[in-house]
Amino acid sequence: MVPTNYLIILSAVLFLIGVAGVLVRRNVLVVYMSIELMLNAANLAFAAFASAFGALDGQIAVFFVMTVAAAEVAVGLAILVTIFRTRQSVDVDSLHQLKG
Amino acid sequence: MFFSEVTNQAGTFFYLAPWAVFFPVIGLLFNMAFGRKIGEKGVAMVAVAASTLSFVVAVLLWLSLRAQPEGTVIPLASWMTVVDVSWAFRVDTLAVTMMLVVGGVGSLIHLYAAGYMHYDVRYKGDPGRYGRFFVFMNLFIASMMLLVSGNSYLMLFVGWEGVGLCSYLLIGFWFEYDTKGNLSTENAKAGKKAFVANRIGDFGFMAAMFYMFTVFGTLNFDKVFAEVPAVASANPHALLIITLLLLLGVTGKSAQIPLYVWLPDAMAGPTPVSALIHAATMVTAGVYLVARSHVLYDAVPAAQHAVALVGALTALFAATIAVGQYDIKKVLAYSTISQLGFMVAAVGVGAYVAAMFHLIAHAFFKALLFLAAGSVIIALERAHHPLPEDGGAEGEHHGNDPEGFDPQDMRFMGGLRKVIPVTFWTYLIGGLALAGIPPLVAFFSKDEIIAEAKSADALVYWLLVTAAFLTAFYIGRQIFMVFFGEARSHAAEHAKESPWPMTSVLVTLAALSVAGGLLNWPRPYLAEWLGHTLGEVEAAGLNPVVAGTSATIAVVSLLLAWWLYGKRPLESAGQPDPLKRPLGWVFTGMEAKWWVDELYWAVVLNPYVALSRIAAAFDVRVIDETVNDTAWLTDFVGGKIARWQTGFVRNYALSVFVGVLLIFTYLLWR
Amino acid sequence: MSIDLLVLLVLALIAIGAALGMLFSRNVVYALLFLVLVMLTLAVLYLILGAPFLALAQVTVYAGAIMVLFLFAVMVLGTHSLDELGGPIGWQRPWAFFLTAVFLIEVVYAFAARVGKLGLLSCAEAGFGSPAAIGKLLFNQYLLPFEVTSVLLLAATIGAVVLTKDVLSE
Repeated sequence: MVPTNYLIILSAVLFLIGVAGVLVRRNVLVVYMSIELMLNAANLAFAAFASAFGALDGQIAVFFVMTVAAAEVAVGLAILVTIFRTRQSVDVDSLHQLKG
Repeated sequence: MFFSEVTNQAGTFFYLAPWAVFFPVIGLLFNMAFGRKIGEKGVAMVAVAASTLSFVVAVLLWLSLRAQPEGTVIPLASWMTVVDVSWAFRVDTLAVTMMLVVGGVGSLIHLYAAGYMHYDVRYKGDPGRYGRFFVFMNLFIASMMLLVSGNSYLMLFVGWEGVGLCSYLLIGFWFEYDTKGNLSTENAKAGKKAFVANRIGDFGFMAAMFYMFTVFGTLNFDKVFAEVPAVASANPHALLIITLLLLLGVTGKSAQIPLYVWLPDAMAGPTPVSALIHAATMVTAGVYLVARSHVLYDAVPAAQHAVALVGALTALFAATIAVGQYDIKKVLAYSTISQLGFMVAAVGVGAYVAAMFHLIAHAFFKALLFLAAGSVIIALERAHHPLPEDGGAEGEHHGNDPEGFDPQDMRFMGGLRKVIPVTFWTYLIGGLALAGIPPLVAFFSKDEIIAEAKSADALVYWLLVTAAFLTAFYIGRQIFMVFFGEARSHAAEHAKESPWPMTSVLVTLAALSVAGGLLNWPRPYLAEWLGHTLGEVEAAGLNPVVAGTSATIAVVSLLLAWWLYGKRPLESAGQPDPLKRPLGWVFTGMEAKWWVDELYWAVVLNPYVALSRIAAAFDVRVIDETVNDTAWLTDFVGGKIARWQTGFVRNYALSVFVGVLLIFTYLLWR
Repeated sequence: MSIDLLVLLVLALIAIGAALGMLFSRNVVYALLFLVLVMLTLAVLYLILGAPFLALAQVTVYAGAIMVLFLFAVMVLGTHSLDELGGPIGWQRPWAFFLTAVFLIEVVYAFAARVGKLGLLSCAEAGFGSPAAIGKLLFNQYLLPFEVTSVLLLAATIGAVVLTKDVLSE
């Protein structure tokens, strides 16, 4: 028996670590992992609220998020591989041609 | 199936009414899509077939109407249900009469144009435009059918605008030339002039419709006419305003004073266009409009009087100008204005049947005259610089023609009766018909108008009689100048008769001009027929006094023309007109079209142009500057802000995060 | 302090530590392994939350499939380590940490003090979150989204194949 608030705070902490990862890391793979971390943090919040309110719909949402994440990772990593082939670099900052 | 219905006279073809519009539309779409693939012959066949099918529909409607003369309304689709306007076709004797004229004369002229345009596009050096011509012609037939068969003022207006558009497109058909074939903007200007003059008329028509809608609450013919007695007693001024505004529309479309100036310039279009649109059909739309609205006009005698005066004045005024013209088509153009004046005067005095009779007669003989004039022009062109198919070399000119030769100028003609006999005889019949020589068609129709005018209004009567005298004179002058005497140019000497599609049409129209009188005499068939729509109309019959007088006038006038132009024909193209000396400045005025164009320029157009220049300067200095400065400011600010867009994805993520943080902070703070 | 709360705290500490390890490790492979650890921790948490199906899915899909995919990507891209402190926008680093910290403080404040107790977790209820219950809901109420998801996955598969086709053909 644990208060839901704690889980939500845990979820927020994990999410913010993911945000920090996106903001400070240059390695494009780590940026990608941070995005996955954020998705997982959101999933945790969903699951926590699902059991708090006794409604299964939250868990269904987690299920869909997982599916979308799987699709996103498959396509995203494919794009990364393609970019790497042309630029020979895993540095996100090397991609800044689209500027005003 | 169709034939059994015809023979039994039991079935009706009313349901076919929309096809009078659909057939030409199908034809024009087909020619637009495949015109370049099927060649000249194919284009002509499709166009002629489309127009003829439209005519066949009109004939079937006529057969059905004989069994059921009260007519009917064929709904097609709804348009604006709120204001009770729908696409519905009105089939009654008046509409079907117009449809027969439009379809019949239109089909004949399509056939003629198939031959005429073959030469025309070659002389102008752009054979690819052949198909475009027939697309416009079919569009005209469709619009005109819509105009005459619409069941509301708004639908009539759609056709009204459609024919105006076709008129504009066809006047400017050779928009890069002038009428003599030199590169210039003259033809384009003529098209613009027609369009603008018609726009002024359309303004009147539209204002009439708007006001009519506020007063009657509908634009549907039947409903408006049913309300007229109530409105006439409650609000007589409203009817007066509506009818006078409609009259403005009529003066625009039917080329009456003061808006007639566009019609002579409209002769810039190819001759079949002049015949079909600017003589036989479109310009009669105004007459049709008044006849269709006769219930309105009958309720307002003042408006009727105005219509009659406008028509009679136009008839006389245009006839005087026609006397002083040298261009073969200009004479006919002013003649058309004058004859339209007769019709408008007739509807003005309440002689709707006489007006429609003259409209039909005019469609026959004026189309004939124009087409024969076109045949003359082409005959001279072919002799002047023969096409390869006539044995000439490309671009070759005969040096034998006088300086300043113009195939439309009657002073360069003469003696043509010997070289182009078919054209001559048909032209003669058309001319005599126009002059009102019995028993040709216009003798009956014009007499009916003059007889009705005599019993209605003395002023109108005298104006019309004088106009009739001048009519016979100018057409006599034209015939003697063109066909008699000796050839005054090389081209006139070696003119070539036109091919069969053109001459056969001339002969057909000549036959119609001869026999057309039977429509209303000795039995007043047309009066009975139109009576189903126009209400009880007492048949004027043939007034022996009036008929004798006008026939005498016509003969005297023709003799006078013979004495002046036939007895001692012009020797050379440069010789002044024999009328110039006896009439002096009056003839100069006739030659210069009474300076009306110049007057309009001085009074209306030049001030308008000056105003436009001021507006243009305002546009450039103030409005454009404002817009440009705004654009510059946007560009400047955008250039500064664009630095925010660094191209680094992580920067953008930071921006998003700052935004989220701000929103969350606000939510906490609240 | 109940035993549940104790377990939760331990798991939370492991998860946060592993996440921070991912954030700061220079080597991509280490970062990836730290992430796997976070995911496994979350799977255990799902069990506590009465979501056994999700726990299993988390292990197979995330810690299994997705992480293997990442490993393949690492294999292709290599384990270059970059100068994380420098780069063209190195100035962003302190700002990012500062703003993240501000946000964290706000969230903790919000959920600890402002929202109030959100009820207790009721994981004891029998059958809650069981595969049978999830399946019933998924194939009745959420049937259409479920089918749409299948299309999405198919599209993603094809997309990935097309994008990397040249790589494979080399």
